[in-house]
Amino acid sequence: MTVPLLQVEHVMVQIGGLVAVSDLSFMVNEGEVVSLIGPNGAGKTTAFNAITGYMRPRRGAVRFAGRDIIGLSPERIAALGLVRSFQRTSIFGACTVFDNALTALHLRGRSGLLGAFLALPGTRREEALLRGEAMAMLDFVGLAARAGLRADSLAYGEQRRLGIALAAAATPRLLLLDEPAAGLNPSETAECMALIRQLRDRGTTVLLVEHDMAMVMRISDRVVVLNQGRIIADGPPETIRQDPEVIRAYLGGAPLGGHHAAA
Amino acid sequence: MSAVLAPLLGWSFAAAMASVPFLFPDPYLLAVLTSAGIFIIGAISLNLLLGYTGQLSLGHAAFFGLGAYASALATLGFDIAIGFGLRLRLDPQPVWVGFLSAVVVAGLFGWLLGRLAFRVRGAYFVIITICFAQVLRMVSLNWVELTQGPMALTGIPPFALWLPGQGVVELTSKPQTYWLVLGVAVLAFLIVRQIVRSRIGRALVALRENETLARSVGIRVTHYLVIATVVSAGIAGAAGSLFAHYVRIIDPDVFLFIYTVTMVIMVVTGGKGTLWGPVVGGLIFGLLPDMLRGAARPEAQWIAYGLAMILLVMFLPRGIVPAFTGLLAGRRARVVLPAAAAREAAE
Ligand SMILES: Nc1ncnc2c1ncn2[C@@H]1O[C@H](COP(=O)(O)OP(=O)(O)OP(=O)(O)O)[C@@H](O)[C@H]1O
Ligand SMILES: [Mg+2]
Repeated sequence: MTVPLLQVEHVMVQIGGLVAVSDLSFMVNEGEVVSLIGPNGAGKTTAFNAITGYMRPRRGAVRFAGRDIIGLSPERIAALGLVRSFQRTSIFGACTVFDNALTALHLRGRSGLLGAFLALPGTRREEALLRGEAMAMLDFVGLAARAGLRADSLAYGEQRRLGIALAAAATPRLLLLDEPAAGLNPSETAECMALIRQLRDRGTTVLLVEHDMAMVMRISDRVVVLNQGRIIADGPPETIRQDPEVIRAYLGGAPLGGHHAAA
Repeated sequence: MSAVLAPLLGWSFAAAMASVPFLFPDPYLLAVLTSAGIFIIGAISLNLLLGYTGQLSLGHAAFFGLGAYASALATLGFDIAIGFGLRLRLDPQPVWVGFLSAVVVAGLFGWLLGRLAFRVRGAYFVIITICFAQVLRMVSLNWVELTQGPMALTGIPPFALWLPGQGVVELTSKPQTYWLVLGVAVLAFLIVRQIVRSRIGRALVALRENETLARSVGIRVTHYLVIATVVSAGIAGAAGSLFAHYVRIIDPDVFLFIYTVTMVIMVVTGGKGTLWGPVVGGLIFGLLPDMLRGAARPEAQWIAYGLAMILLVMFLPRGIVPAFTGLLAGRRARVVLPAAAAREAAE
């Protein structure tokens, strides 16, 4: 029997006095694309924060590849192969696009102080390798032509793509994407979807938070629906689309899919 | 600046500085340049923290002073009571041992401070670093048995170097000390350059730019901030050691706030987070007071000094070096832009 890649069990998160997530349980298997959906304020970003070590749950367990990761710092969790992107565009604005990608490959490098001081051959080789990988990553997300520009001079859609590239750069086992298509136009959304598919084909498991229902329904192997801090449905897109409770909670009666939910 | 041109310019500058004792054999000029050089080394070390990690250490003189005292005490030797009837005794050591202990002691305190202070960031870090320097000043004032307190440590030996064919030579002449300081400055510059251009440097800049994002790609905050503090403190300690063996008398005033402020001014006006910033800022604010000394009365000097600083910060808020390279890059961008636009359109 294989362990799920990610197991979230009865997680409760409080922010101040407010219970942002009350009882969250779901799992993600290796190789899947799972979407976590729910109306604004449902607790999706909070769930991401709890899984990736940015917030500590009051109760419950989070296991990554069978290992309890509650209490670990975000950087330790990233080192285990679980990396997230951010809902609000998050890039190293004052650095070049290339340096952004290179920085995101941090975990792929090993070299320390001594290697840097003495420009040891091993360090130089690693540096050359990482530079190659950074360029390949930019190529992969279609930003190679922008490599030399300051990241904050990119157009909005490009910044979003760079944000995904940063999270995906060090080839994590599990990638958490928080509304990657937010604010994108239809053609950019299509590109974004293609990008996520490519990432999955490269062997990355994806947990996606997204408001664009058309995209969610087309890309996901499974959909988990969160409402007011708890799970109300979990299943393949076809089942979720028909689920009466989901329809009631989420769209006030209209069937899901085919159009954009309010963002 | 291109990848080939920049190092070439840098080395030519170093060579020009090295030839100053031949071209202008004026002892006063060399003395001014030597003490400016010592502070430039301090500024280079401060820049690693302030410029690249974005953490403002307003107690940087602490590391400078620790280095000065460590080096002076190691070369003078000491014999003190450490309680329980025990004594700690050190015979006078050669100057190079003093220099190394300055780097190690300052680096060790850097590690301590980094461990303690980086749990808090921003304003709290600033306050802790100020207190750190104040505490050390109090200790050096009151631990008379070790430091002579306000009576100062005197008779510190001058620098000595082993030179091929001549054995160990004391560096007492002005040009010799000048070259030594220049050599250490070049070394400090290269160390900071190597770090900044490495994976570690990228981690530091990432933490400065966006800590949340940096952590998400696996950059360990405390680890890298502590590395930066240790290296920065070690270099500042080296500058302190040079200072001790240059002026050959050390009192608790080496921990004074004004020394930190001088280094901060050098870094900020020159351009924090640029390799050449502290050098340019350090040359200006290291030489300005002495250039003014001949030209104006003391009050007028300080006013001019303050005015120069305010004008620089007002008109070049990012510092001289970024403004200058920005100008160069801007001119180049204007030339390149049409070509890039054409390529875009063709795609
Ligand atoms: N930093 C915070 N301080 C106080 N309350 C917060 C904070 N972050 C989130 N909350 C609250 O927690 C609840 C869950 O928020 P969360 O951001 O996780 O929702 P979400 O599902 O990601 O919503 P959206 O779709 O708008 O991104 C909301 O009621 C929100 O107001
Ligand atoms: Mg959210």
